[in-house]
Amino acid sequence: MRVFVEGVSVIGPGLDGWENSRAILTGRESYVEDELPQLTGAKLPPAERRRATSVTKLALESAEQAIPAGRDPKQMATVFASSGGEVEIIHRIFSELATPERQISPTQFHNSVHNAASGYWSIATASQCASTSLSCFDDSFSAGLLEAAVQTVAEAIPVLLVAYDFPPLPPIAESRPLRAPFGTALLLNAEKSVHSLMELRIAFDAGQPQALSRMSDPSLEALRAGNPAARGLPLLAALAAGKPASIVLSCSLTGSLPVQALPCA
Amino acid sequence: MQALILSHYTLVSALGRGLDATLAALRGRRSGLSRCDFPDVDLNTWIGRVDGLEEAPIIGDLGRFDCRNNRLAQLTLRQDGFEHAVAAARERYGAHRIGVILGTSTSGILETELAYRRRDPKTGALPSAFNYQHAHNNFSIADFTRRYLELGGPALAISTACSSSAKVFASAQRLIASNVCDAAVVGGVDSLCLTTLYGFSALELVSDRPCRPADARRNGISIGEAGGFALLEKAPTGTDEIALLGYGESTDAYHMSSPHPEGRGAARAMREALQRSGLAPDEIDYINLHGTATKANDIAEDRAVCSIFGEATPSSSIKGWTGHTLGAAGIVNAVVSCLSIREGFAPGSLNTEALDPEFAGWILLEELEKPVDYVLSNSFGFGGNNASLVFGRVN
Repeated sequence: MRVFVEGVSVIGPGLDGWENSRAILTGRESYVEDELPQLTGAKLPPAERRRATSVTKLALESAEQAIPAGRDPKQMATVFASSGGEVEIIHRIFSELATPERQISPTQFHNSVHNAASGYWSIATASQCASTSLSCFDDSFSAGLLEAAVQTVAEAIPVLLVAYDFPPLPPIAESRPLRAPFGTALLLNAEKSVHSLMELRIAFDAGQPQALSRMSDPSLEALRAGNPAARGLPLLAALAAGKPASIVLSCSLTGSLPVQALPCA
Repeated sequence: MQALILSHYTLVSALGRGLDATLAALRGRRSGLSRCDFPDVDLNTWIGRVDGLEEAPIIGDLGRFDCRNNRLAQLTLRQDGFEHAVAAARERYGAHRIGVILGTSTSGILETELAYRRRDPKTGALPSAFNYQHAHNNFSIADFTRRYLELGGPALAISTACSSSAKVFASAQRLIASNVCDAAVVGGVDSLCLTTLYGFSALELVSDRPCRPADARRNGISIGEAGGFALLEKAPTGTDEIALLGYGESTDAYHMSSPHPEGRGAARAMREALQRSGLAPDEIDYINLHGTATKANDIAEDRAVCSIFGEATPSSSIKGWTGHTLGAAGIVNAVVSCLSIREGFAPGSLNTEALDPEFAGWILLEELEKPVDYVLSNSFGFGGNNASLVFGRVN
């Protein structure tokens, strides 16, 4: 499968947007695992901005930053990939359900669905295009990449992949420790266009990865290993470098997703 | 689009185990709903509960996946020879060429809810038996199913609330059309848990009676649980089979938990599904509605349906039988659509006494016996997420 990347974003601790992060991802600047950039949800209408969770705001900021000028968010399908989804709100609901009163608020409940970010995105952008929310545990990024690539090729519509995960709160964190919040988005298109940044050739391989791509910087590698969305970091590094690269991601936990990145020249 | 046959399919819901039990309840107009007796739930409501899950643990190699949701998956895989049909497909295509794409909204979170009741009083820790990955995480259902069926193709869980297990058909169709796999196991499993029972109650969307879709006095949903699977394959030539002919996906861009009042997104999903199927609206013999029995859903869906089909296409909801099975609602409707085509009937809405006079569409109150070649099936969810599917005969 052949797709073209038209936009890319990254938000993580010490990674404040694509332009500020490129030098770090290519190793020209050292990575410092700093604070997470402020998440504002600025694109949301005021009522939705008040209600949206940090998880949703991370997804929405990531999505928005990946759309180049000249591309209309109303004209693209979306794939939201997240292992755990709305981890904070889920913790609050479980805590409340463990009390005798069990007073869940309506907003809490509708914010807890895995596709909350997708719903807020469609409201924020007024897009009625197809939107999928999926989970593939630690391989949610590659599952989302495969889903988005297949969709843009099969349906000839740009597809925005948004991968995001927040660390669960205690006590779930003890069973599911994630290192830090991380979000990234890629706008994919089946056709080469003036927006094309790089070409990706993607295939699914049912075999375990022979040589899984990792980050050479130990802190970035810890981030990659510590958040399902950050499993896409090796691909982001290739996009930042803009040079031919072969990346192998783990996919569906037992298979792999080899990705060849090629400059668009 | 390239049609895919549903070479095998099965269902477990409050109506019973497998297609025969489902069909017998539909044709005998026997609801699966009962007064809520779910352990530790104190709500004045009715539920569609699957019997026997408490006595059907997952043991052996996959024992780590044991939870109510995966138990329901296991029970369902064992109906109608489904697991054997998949084993035969595995021989034909190779395990790596069969994908597993399943929908769920709450996975095994019942286990987490129960674990939160048993936190360590000093440390707050969950009991050591708590297993996040294999019960709670949404991927658990897809991971369990593909390991149970010994499949190695791409696996993923789609979680878009109540449209989840309709959207799996679209994803699978694209994966097969793109030659990533040759066949796919699709479907979904959602099981009762406190989050949805109390959550929908908080939204005042749960009825104190068995739900009454399209009734003038309808006052909310009955929550149910169900598991369903279908094996999707390219049609061999010369077969007379039931196939997925089209799908449509959309979002409302309106509100997180209320549908657009005119059913704007719903209409778009239906229109796209028709477009992909190449069928005209008047070729659809029956519309299997999402029909949850909330005030807002049913009227919005009626308006969306009428904007495309006019008032001449028979339609009904089966929620009065199964309850609203949330993330499994898409596959429940898909299986009922196939049964409708196979048997030549359209079920009449159960529990509906007096049709809402505001409705313009043709809502069946009694069963309609007639040849059914093409069915449109609707599933809509929170976040304004919509999916419509067209099923029909191919030969």
